[in-house]
Amino acid sequence: MQEKALSPTVSTEIITLTINGTSKQLEVEVWTSLLDLLREPLDLTGTKKGCDHGQCGACTILLDGKRINSCLTLAVMHDGSELTTIEGLAQDGELHPVQQAFIDHDAFQCGYCTPGQICSTIGLINEGKAKTLDDIRDLMSGNICRCGAYTNIVKVVQEALERNHKA
Amino acid sequence: MKPFTYTRADDVTSAVSEVSRQEGAKVIAGGTNLLDLMKIDVMQPRHLVDITRLALTTIEKTAEGGLLLGALATNADTAYHEQVEQRYPLLSHAILAGATAQLRNKATDAGNLLQRTRCYYFYDTHTACNKREPGTGCSAIHGYNRNHAILGHSEHCIATHPSDMAVALAALEARIHVTGPQGERTIPIADFHRLPGDTPEKDTNLADDEIITAIELSPKGFARHYTYLKNRDRASYAFALVSVAVGLDMEGDTIQEARIALGGVAHKPWRNPEAEALLTGKKASRENFQPVADAYVHGAKGFEHNSFKIELARRSIVRALMQAAHVDQNSNGN
Repeated sequence: MQEKALSPTVSTEIITLTINGTSKQLEVEVWTSLLDLLREPLDLTGTKKGCDHGQCGACTILLDGKRINSCLTLAVMHDGSELTTIEGLAQDGELHPVQQAFIDHDAFQCGYCTPGQICSTIGLINEGKAKTLDDIRDLMSGNICRCGAYTNIVKVVQEALERNHKA
Repeated sequence: MKPFTYTRADDVTSAVSEVSRQEGAKVIAGGTNLLDLMKIDVMQPRHLVDITRLALTTIEKTAEGGLLLGALATNADTAYHEQVEQRYPLLSHAILAGATAQLRNKATDAGNLLQRTRCYYFYDTHTACNKREPGTGCSAIHGYNRNHAILGHSEHCIATHPSDMAVALAALEARIHVTGPQGERTIPIADFHRLPGDTPEKDTNLADDEIITAIELSPKGFARHYTYLKNRDRASYAFALVSVAVGLDMEGDTIQEARIALGGVAHKPWRNPEAEALLTGKKASRENFQPVADAYVHGAKGFEHNSFKIELARRSIVRALMQAAHVDQNSNGN
């Protein structure tokens, strides 16, 4: 068979990812970011593509329990990892407490940054480093909200930390 | 992003042989800076060697009583590591002053040292930049140069090194362990990053076929008297305009040894051992700190938009020394 002379070498790898509790075997082009893999072939569009440069935090997901910018990492590098996206937080039809708290505190307007804000809040709680309001503001600074819902977002994080402390 | 090929290395030897064998190959670990630059075509590696599976993530004590940070330890795991928090709080504070929680969870310690400048023109492929494209000129010298260097710059490049972590490591006199085709060697942090001179395309003295395996801290952590003071345009997630890392060894209120490193002012973390030596055997006081600050900015040259950094650096050095020595900021007038 004759090869197409001008076609670039398509470089793909087979990886296994556990996404929101389901293990999936996927063939990925090596240059595909984790974000693009989630949004396009997997249709998990809750994770948003804001800046695509790690500056806005809209693409924040939990990788093995830790919050990361899914835009700044390659899918191929995460063979064997476990991911949680905004779609995987609700359990048995019930919202995750942090999701519910965003509604209760009116912590969003347009909602575009919200999936990232929620995943980041859960990551922050897992880390256990935020003690004061200033800590919350500093440790949430990787998530930008252009509607300016920060005051209520900070309330959500504060409440989530208190609830977690009591639990 | 330009297409590239990809391999996953299983050990240091195979990683080194992959990067030396393949033309245009780059190592990738955290990827937070490299992928950002690849997306805008500032960096165009033809092959990526993924080293994230190498066993270089541990942080452990050395036989000499220091600490060895694995090259792949993340910035977050390092900053929050019990030994680092207790014995090297300067390093912990500097790391946490940089980037965001998401980035620190991915970025590695070695990658932090190797991150590229945030000069606006280096990022903008439509402009001339000797660092990105040698021989094209420097757009920053007569351009918007607010975040640029005041010390050690050249007519070819006035970029600064953006890392906070590296500034603390300079004050701590860390040693960088590297492996290449010829074997292992250790580079003192002072010799790791370069001044731009007429080869601004080279940020460091790491050879293209070498990889960092660890960062070694000596037992001296300055845990009692330290400060990382970072001045920036907003309180979080911004690069330093001027930062100061200070470690003091004190006997009562007398300084035995002072280490001072500046960030945001040069192409590398800026040390001045002669100026530091002015403090040896001196009492901790504003009067004694001021000449050190003056000596640090001696010969500094600013540009249209960053000359304010010279005075900012002077004042920041004095304040950082006051904080580290626990001297009341309001004492001694001035």
